[in-house]
Amino acid sequence: MDWGYIISVMIVSAFGVEAIVFGLAAIGINMQFGYTGLLNFGQAAFMAVGGYAIAVTVVHLGLNFWLGIVIGLLGAVVLALILGIPTLRLRADYLAIVTIAAAEIVRLLVRSVTFKSYFGGSDGLQSFSGGFFALNPLADDLALRIGPVVLSNRQIFVLIVGWALVFLSCLLVWLMVRSPWGRVLKGIREDEDAVRSLGKNVYLYKMQALVLGGMFGAIAGFIYAVGNEAVSPDFFGNDTTFFAYAILILGGAARVFGPVLGTVIFWAVIQGTDVFLRSAIQQGVPVLSLMTGTQAAVVRFMLVGLGIMLLMIFRPQGILGDRKELALDAR
Amino acid sequence: MVTGLTPNRGPNVTMLAALADVSCSLSATVEGRRQLTGGAPRVQRRIMAAIGAIFVALVALFAMAQPASADGEQVSGRLENRVDGKKTPISGVTITVTGEGFDGSTTSGTDGKWAIPLPARGSYEVSIDVSTLPEGVALTDAEKVTVKTVVGPPTINRTIIFPLGVSTSKTTTIWEQAAQLTVSGLEFGLLIALGALGLSLIYGTTGLTNFAHGEIISFGGLAAWTLNAGMGIPFVASAILAVILSGLFGWLNNAALWKPLRKRGTGLIAMMIVSIGLAIFLRNFYLFFYGGDKRAYAEFAGMAGLEFGPVSVTPTDIVAMLVAIIALGLVVVGVQKTRMGKATRAVSDNPGLASSAGINVERVITVVWVVGAALAGLSGVLLGFSQQVSFQMGFQLLLLVFAAVTLGGLGTIWGAIVGSLVVGLFLQLTTLIIPTELKSVGALLVLIVILLVRPYGLLGRRERVG
Repeated sequence: MDWGYIISVMIVSAFGVEAIVFGLAAIGINMQFGYTGLLNFGQAAFMAVGGYAIAVTVVHLGLNFWLGIVIGLLGAVVLALILGIPTLRLRADYLAIVTIAAAEIVRLLVRSVTFKSYFGGSDGLQSFSGGFFALNPLADDLALRIGPVVLSNRQIFVLIVGWALVFLSCLLVWLMVRSPWGRVLKGIREDEDAVRSLGKNVYLYKMQALVLGGMFGAIAGFIYAVGNEAVSPDFFGNDTTFFAYAILILGGAARVFGPVLGTVIFWAVIQGTDVFLRSAIQQGVPVLSLMTGTQAAVVRFMLVGLGIMLLMIFRPQGILGDRKELALDAR
Repeated sequence: MVTGLTPNRGPNVTMLAALADVSCSLSATVEGRRQLTGGAPRVQRRIMAAIGAIFVALVALFAMAQPASADGEQVSGRLENRVDGKKTPISGVTITVTGEGFDGSTTSGTDGKWAIPLPARGSYEVSIDVSTLPEGVALTDAEKVTVKTVVGPPTINRTIIFPLGVSTSKTTTIWEQAAQLTVSGLEFGLLIALGALGLSLIYGTTGLTNFAHGEIISFGGLAAWTLNAGMGIPFVASAILAVILSGLFGWLNNAALWKPLRKRGTGLIAMMIVSIGLAIFLRNFYLFFYGGDKRAYAEFAGMAGLEFGPVSVTPTDIVAMLVAIIALGLVVVGVQKTRMGKATRAVSDNPGLASSAGINVERVITVVWVVGAALAGLSGVLLGFSQQVSFQMGFQLLLLVFAAVTLGGLGTIWGAIVGSLVVGLFLQLTTLIIPTELKSVGALLVLIVILLVRPYGLLGRRERVG
């Protein structure tokens, strides 16, 4: 068993593009679910809005990618308003069902043959990240070597920008939730009626949390798009949202660094399991090598499902969470 | 009907009954004490053991399906014009395939044959360019212009059949199409209703929004396929067995997972997230053992349609609709007329009050889980006729089931059925106007619009929900 290889893959995936994308998405969900108690099951839709905004703006409109970022953020605001207006006055599960439906609508629309000329159908869109990489100040021959895994200068640039965005987002969340505004959000999570009786407009606060969380989702979409230099519709399925939830619960909801710690551990474990099983099959390890490669790839998703269940049942506060402040399993 | 599905009276499938006994004894003695903090090791151990029991039961059930592997992936087929049973090859027709980042096209040869090699396994969409068909030849099923297929274990050379024949498109009016779509919409609606009724009953009595309900639907279809095509049991027998197994599976779900969680006082949102975890786990569990292929039952392949005026239905469609109507009718009558049904409605209305009136709430919930899961399993079995069996058949239906339940009014029985029929009809009839691939978009949009106007659903009680 090549442990050196397995460990270097785990390190690279713990801090890779996927970890950044899901970390940002989870930061958004933390804003909505962790602090305000809103069940947004459509984070994938917000990510799709971000990713496709950059891609369509550059590929079809031929405009600067900065404009794509502005359009993506505005798009996330509009989507949050559309989803929030009918459902934020209703019980929590209505928002969950409507957002999950909306995510599926967005995915079906962008992958449809009908709109293929705009969104590229099931192939998605490519070659729009030139504007982003033109900003790359790193030397062309720069490369980072972690064991047998080599990162090119483009990948390093994406990682630097991505992690900078993650920490900026954390700073922003920290500043917001320690303000009086943030205390109202936590109050809504604990007891909506109590906050309402204090004369606060609960609906408006919930809407603000939904919009902000959606914008973090759009930023995650930007990183996904430039990091892969492509957008593909099937990435934006419901499983993406659920993985972000798994990350948030693992790290600890209602904690500023919960999503960050969650995403690092999540991706190290997920990709580590995959590489471990693959090399176990290659080496002919007893029992494990009865699996085919395709089956080995499925095992990690079974682990995600099992992980969500066990965490929620036995440690709903995750790693960083504080049971006294937030008990996800209560009520 | 209701008591007939409880596990202790069902047929004795030795392996399952033994497993069921294990988890029963594991969870039956959980104290009713509400646990305030995480420090409840006995309950936790039991839940762990119970989850283990579910896992073992699933392994035992599905161990027989094994995918295989090889190389040389391709899609191929032969284009033939069928007129009165006579076949003539059609050449020069463009076929394109897309998927997994691959795009390829070819034209059919003089013998009508075509083949496109693929770079990798995965799911692909194969389309026929109708404009390149010769004069007078058309697709007899306009929906088959694009065929979705999965290339991968065990079949890496997929044969795609485009049904070609004399162009009939000129003779069908929009009304005839509408009639055909109404029938298929009703059928689909009835299958959704089977899933929706169970979901709604469970939601009504326990408050759980069960995201793993789709996986119970898949369970029914996969179990029927395993018994039928895998073990050679005649279809009717394997369908009945699959429904019973689904009921048992529902019972196991409740006894091993949800009942202990309720006893701990776990919140509804936490339980919803647990159900998402369970759904992801089960779906990938099915994928692990069955692979990504769609599978058909051993019998009933390629059945000819019966003509009723403008409407063509296969005998399996008729049987599926009748079975669905009978099952729905039995459950509705059961809920309205029997003592257990009255108890169920009482628990839905107010569990605390029902309990103090002498109703055994946990017993009601157990019955509801068994019946609800059996209905979902039946939905999966019947869905296997029209859409074939796959690991994600239930997952793909789940959103429509949710739409139906919410549309009708969460927790209401007639609402779930009416909502399902509306969703089914809406899905099919909107294809007259919008492309078939976007029909789910229409249905889900309607859900959002209805929530704007009537948040309590079409048949729900007018009350504040939130």
